[in-house]
Amino acid sequence: MTYIIKPKLHHPTLTPNALGYTRRDYEGAISTMCAGCGHDSISAAVIQACYELDIEPHRVAKLSGIGCSSKSPDYFLGNAHGFNTVHGRMPSVLTGANMANKDLLYLGISGDGDTASIGLGQFAHAIRRGVKMVYLVENNGVYGLTKGQFSATADAGSKSKGGVVNEDSPIDLCALALQLGATFVARSFSGDKEQLVPLLKAAFTHGGTAMIDVLSPCVTFNNHAGSTKSYDYVREHNDALNRLDIFFGRDEITADYAPGSTVEVTQHDGSILRLHKLHDSYTPTDRLHAMRYLEERKAIGEIVTGLLYVDQQPTTLHDHLKTADQPLNRLDAKTLSPGRAKLEEINASLR
Amino acid sequence: MSTITQPLQRTNDFVVKFANVNGSGSASANSLFARSILRMGVPASARNIFPSNIQGLPTWYEVRVSGSGWLARRGGVDLMVAMNPQTWDRDVAEVEPGGYLFYDSTRFIPRGKFRDDITVLGLPLTEICNREFTSPRERQLFKNIMYLGALAALLGIDLTEIDKLIQEQYGSKQKLIDSNLKVLRLGHDAATESLPCPIGLRVERSDQVGKRIFIDGNTAAGLGCVYGGATVAGWYPITPSTSVIEAFTSYCKQLRHDPETGKANYAIVQAEDELASIGMVVGAGWNGARAFTATSGPGISLMQEFFGLAYFAEIPAMVVNVQRGGPSTGMPTRTQQSDVLACAYASHGDTKHVLLFPQDPHETFEYSALGLDLAERLQTPVFVMIDLDIGMNEWLVDPFEWDDSREYDRGKVMTAEELEAGKDFGRYLEVDGDGIPYRTLPGTHPKRGAYFTRGTTRDPYAKYSEVGSVYIGNMERLLKKFDTARTLVPAPVVQKARQRADFGVIYYGSTSEAMREALAQLEAQGLHVDAMRVRGFPFADEVYRFVEDHPVTFVVEQNRDAQLKTLLVTEGQLNPAQLVEVLHYDGTPITARFISREIAARMDAAKVTPIKKVAS
Repeated sequence: MTYIIKPKLHHPTLTPNALGYTRRDYEGAISTMCAGCGHDSISAAVIQACYELDIEPHRVAKLSGIGCSSKSPDYFLGNAHGFNTVHGRMPSVLTGANMANKDLLYLGISGDGDTASIGLGQFAHAIRRGVKMVYLVENNGVYGLTKGQFSATADAGSKSKGGVVNEDSPIDLCALALQLGATFVARSFSGDKEQLVPLLKAAFTHGGTAMIDVLSPCVTFNNHAGSTKSYDYVREHNDALNRLDIFFGRDEITADYAPGSTVEVTQHDGSILRLHKLHDSYTPTDRLHAMRYLEERKAIGEIVTGLLYVDQQPTTLHDHLKTADQPLNRLDAKTLSPGRAKLEEINASLR
Repeated sequence: MSTITQPLQRTNDFVVKFANVNGSGSASANSLFARSILRMGVPASARNIFPSNIQGLPTWYEVRVSGSGWLARRGGVDLMVAMNPQTWDRDVAEVEPGGYLFYDSTRFIPRGKFRDDITVLGLPLTEICNREFTSPRERQLFKNIMYLGALAALLGIDLTEIDKLIQEQYGSKQKLIDSNLKVLRLGHDAATESLPCPIGLRVERSDQVGKRIFIDGNTAAGLGCVYGGATVAGWYPITPSTSVIEAFTSYCKQLRHDPETGKANYAIVQAEDELASIGMVVGAGWNGARAFTATSGPGISLMQEFFGLAYFAEIPAMVVNVQRGGPSTGMPTRTQQSDVLACAYASHGDTKHVLLFPQDPHETFEYSALGLDLAERLQTPVFVMIDLDIGMNEWLVDPFEWDDSREYDRGKVMTAEELEAGKDFGRYLEVDGDGIPYRTLPGTHPKRGAYFTRGTTRDPYAKYSEVGSVYIGNMERLLKKFDTARTLVPAPVVQKARQRADFGVIYYGSTSEAMREALAQLEAQGLHVDAMRVRGFPFADEVYRFVEDHPVTFVVEQNRDAQLKTLLVTEGQLNPAQLVEVLHYDGTPITARFISREIAARMDAAKVTPIKKVAS
């Protein structure tokens, strides 16, 4: 992984957000991804979402595993602590970090190899535990850093750059996340910033386990005819469910969304997701409906994008553990040590 | 040929072994037996030898009663309580000449199944239980309490001590108390009426126990982690370490709540596997919480990748490793000290880890708390190396101590104020000459102190770098840090022989109690040996000097391949011929007899003349 520091020059016309930060304050090192890599678009979307949400960059902890996707946290939120862990094990490290300090925003960045192959178990268990985080999969269906092997999300029948046909069934991470109990499940496309940025914003404010599977074409190894994760293929088969706006008790953030009926979903923190439905019959608060819908559309070769499911009152790992309000990493010896007198009592009970 | 052997006559100095069937409910009665002797003020120690199985396979519980204060396994059995027909022959064979055999005489046992040189004590336990109780479970469970009553009569144990223990055990469950006390007396009366009570083995009230406590090492580790300030534990069940976390959980529930809200000042997650459990510890350590996991050999194998990450990325993590018989699944319920090398050099590449070797539950408590300090001070994994013998057996040890003024060593953590003041922050920068860099915790400062943690190589400012000299500089600094660790781990303990000694012996961990007695046995034979107990790795220079000062040093350990010796030779660049292995690895705790016999044999082979002959 090459690390290149960006020049610190700020354009005078950059608009500060409510915290006084400009968009540049949310950037990181210069990307070393291939030109045109979908992952860079996702990094840009993360920057945009955090900037618009007035998130303090240093209050984000960004964790990743190994792979192209896992390099990308270096390229945004340079003032946040990052942790490039080991292959497929980011969810456990993020879980531990979250246990230590519930006050930070946790962003897990992973890839399809990192999540759906070696890390499938950790992905599943972090989600079923309700770890409060945004778990973002940069999904290109291929192993880029080792030059082009299929990953577990590659569709059956799709071809590698060398023409090999994938015979194995793909793992649908959204279907899995729904089954495992994620309280926010979405799919998007790195080439659709208008959809992705609001989804990220909604995920950041969600308050529970938010999983976003972002199809992110690999321009070097999986952007050819025969791939089902190429820019062209995804654009042609994108079945967008909805576009959304997110509202807080202050300024309304608007965007130019496609027309259609609208539904509002209030999140635990009071923010409102206004969903511009592109499919009138779709209900994003019904887990079973979402699971069925995904399967139906998959059967006819469509890629469903948008907010698939949201639980308006999510509970988290810390709720389940009934932990104190004060983050555990701030407790001092006086609070933590039960003291000598108590130890004497324990000694007495052991005689 | 039969020999006439006088029945053993010993007071407060004998070994009782219970042969039972796993799942028959004997553990509670056997523990009450040991505790009742302690309550009479007589030192005793207990070893549970059990199968990796829930029901049906053989299990043993061995109690050594020692007015002399020797608490290791002695070897040999003076009174066998033979309750398992499946192991009858080997149990009978294990009794010392002149010893005693207590058994359930309900079922006929052919005379050929006994020995002429031991005293046989039969009581129809099943018959009495069947007469008194109707439920199959009661008949089974109360058979154990009944033999406890009978043993009290045979050995002169004060029944009122057992009464009190039963009352403490069952608390407010008066019905259970009443029934247990009734059965206890049934056994006592039956033995008094039909057996020659008391026998030659006796318990006499004493005052040698004092303030000491009776506790297993896993409980001590869990409590040590509470006192040491651990707030996060990720774990995965594995024998024999599971009860470390169970104890930690139990003590946290009692002691670790926010007084105002009642909410938990701790977070414990049962992970999906060992990889996730250490991953959680690493994540929490990175984020500034004191975190640990407990595991055993197979878990250590699975955690290797994370140990390498934590070592190289310099993240505090503590592991309580309760070693069991290996390799592979090995002997899950037997003890060994066979993870020493696996932990010392865990993970690929050049790694070295800090190891602590407590000798008993008392030190396990201390080292669990100390390990959390060292992990943060050194920003690295620290392994508390106990074994099944320490972890799952109850030991008579000095009471735990705690200094209320003790502050946790949180290591070099740069604060927002320090960053604001413009202090130069390089995550992997050598600042103080001890190899330990400063770190910042996530969320500390809006503009300063953030860095990217990774397992790939980097420069002192945490920037990725593949430059060879930069890599070497980092690796050399890690070695310097390891040298600093040498000064922070507990120093070795030396016991000099009364006479000048050319021979030394090095040992560690659970071997210590047996070694204490073995040294006395050797001395009684006129064989003088200087002894050193190693308590931490990296080894202090004193350890190497000890080896240099003795032409021959025995290294006593409980594994096949002499792992500590390998570590000594490798790290100290010692001549392997100077170190003579004494190895015990059948899965049972090492005995004093074994050590003294093996060392004496080696000294005999080396033609060492005893300075003082053994008194005949």
